Amino acid sequence: MQDTVKEDDILLEVRNISLSFGGVKALENISFDIRKGEVRAIIGPNGAGKSSMLNVINGFYHPQEGEIWFDGKLRHHMKPHQVAKLGIARTFQNIALFKGMSTLDNLMTGRYIKMHANLFSQMAWIGPAQREEIEHRQKVEEIIDFLKIQSIRKTPVGKLPYGMQKRVELGRALAAESKLLLLDEPMAGMNLEEKEDMCRFVLDVNEQFGTTIALIEHDMGVVMDISNRVVVLDYGKKLADGSPDEVRNNEEVIDAYLGVSHD
Amino acid sequence: MFYRESGDFKTSYLQDQQIFPILQDRVFVAVVIAFAFLVVPFLINDYWEKSVLLPVLIWSLAAIGLNILTGYCGQVSLGTGGFMAVGAYASYKFTTAFPELNLFIVVLLSGGVTAMVGILFGLPSLRIKGFYLAVATLASQFFLVWLFNKVPWFYNYSASGQINAPERLIAGIAITGPNAPPWATYLFCLIFVVVFALVAKNLTRGRFGRSWMAIRDMDIAAEIIGVAPLKAKLSAFCISSFYIGIAGALFFLVYLGAVEPTEAFGIDKSFLVLFMIIIGGLGSILGSFIGAAFMFLMPVLIKNILVNGVGWSPDIVAHLILMIVGGLIMFFLIVEPHGLAQLWRVAKEKLRLWPFPH
Repeated sequence: MQDTVKEDDILLEVRNISLSFGGVKALENISFDIRKGEVRAIIGPNGAGKSSMLNVINGFYHPQEGEIWFDGKLRHHMKPHQVAKLGIARTFQNIALFKGMSTLDNLMTGRYIKMHANLFSQMAWIGPAQREEIEHRQKVEEIIDFLKIQSIRKTPVGKLPYGMQKRVELGRALAAESKLLLLDEPMAGMNLEEKEDMCRFVLDVNEQFGTTIALIEHDMGVVMDISNRVVVLDYGKKLADGSPDEVRNNEEVIDAYLGVSHD
Repeated sequence: MFYRESGDFKTSYLQDQQIFPILQDRVFVAVVIAFAFLVVPFLINDYWEKSVLLPVLIWSLAAIGLNILTGYCGQVSLGTGGFMAVGAYASYKFTTAFPELNLFIVVLLSGGVTAMVGILFGLPSLRIKGFYLAVATLASQFFLVWLFNKVPWFYNYSASGQINAPERLIAGIAITGPNAPPWATYLFCLIFVVVFALVAKNLTRGRFGRSWMAIRDMDIAAEIIGVAPLKAKLSAFCISSFYIGIAGALFFLVYLGAVEPTEAFGIDKSFLVLFMIIIGGLGSILGSFIGAAFMFLMPVLIKNILVNGVGWSPDIVAHLILMIVGGLIMFFLIVEPHGLAQLWRVAKEKLRLWPFPH
């Protein structure tokens, strides 16, 4: 049923996903795929179901119907922390950092799934626990260098300005070294300069680390510039799917964004 | 003036990840520990043992335990008194059933039993949060104390319903019972406190501690990162209860010697330990010590000053102490809501640059 030529290239595929809360249908029969190494944008007006879609991929919501295929395997009912182990990391629309911890600790927490030292070695802080801590600190420092946040390494993140917090949150998601990175409005509330920085980071992550990225964004300029393919949702339905140019010229998409007269 | 961080550069991650990154801190702590182990045992007398050192050490241990759960993992608990009772009764059952068993092992086993009980009463935390969880742990407080009053097996069917610590020796020296010398009981408690304070620090700065703090600060984001809430919360309950159980066992075996559960491990003890960590500082091992010392020693100090110094009658002073300590708690919470440990941290920040802040 699928064209088998591309099967290997697909990292994540959602098939016929339907999600409803009581009588409200948040998602209706949505299917799309995310190819390895691409930047995939999910756009749509407010309430279109974009964040719900990410929550489904993350395992926070469990759709009533549909299948999720990740890395060539059908994914069964999974909790969010199990999804994390598969290699899916995420940032949130409203910053969800660990406010009481320093930038460094936030990033180290991002590497939680990669660390395995047992309780007793941790208690004594010798052997595997100490080696592991230093090994992962090196990785985290690489990310700190990449994001240029060296100066706030030991600052509690609650004290940082908004733009920096967004950057630390991206860093925490990067620390997991995931296969798929989901960004929920990474540029929301930023000024032009911060947006440009963030775009650069997203593209660099994609190119340097080869991470596949799916992002939700409202700034059309950003979306059209940095994404390879765009999927458009509206009222829980899929309106369009394709390259930025195809989507831009799609009649239904223009109607959804600009409104259409019903006479 | 000599407290300087500048010029103390770190050249490896190992150096940067020390518990006390500043040289002066390391020297100070080493001196304090050496003093506690090598000098205090020769100076100690009965008054200092029973009124100051033992209770502060034991309450510090209990405060560290609750701090792991409440300060680091964000799960409020009012069951501390009940869990201390579990530790006390477990140690009583172990030491009466196996009189030959080394007292160190008895205390550790009591901690283990309490850890199991803690996991059991921690299960509601998977569903409920905040004040509602506090009420659920309150149930454990009342249930456990009731259980130890109600079931005669726990107090070996003694007529009084009390439990009494029998005399137990380590290397020929009595640690429990009326003949135990003050320096022996003091050293016995000190070893537990020093070792387990270090263990707590190691746990909280490593992977486990970060998973607890992640759950405390933002549980949804913690899950996305791969922290299983079940594992993080129950491990916090387990380890916290282990500490509180050890504190309870020491409280009974070494400090009180005879225990009646309603009085020794009542709800007031749960609140006392909770206040200790709030005053001392949530999420700080140092804060646990400061809080325990403050809550326990401040009344003793005020009493000594007013009764022996000024010469007022003890019954007036007893009432005044309640007012003064209450006032001090309010004062410190208004000045520094994050506890006395935070006050110390701020002072350190200032001292880094003093006397040239610009």
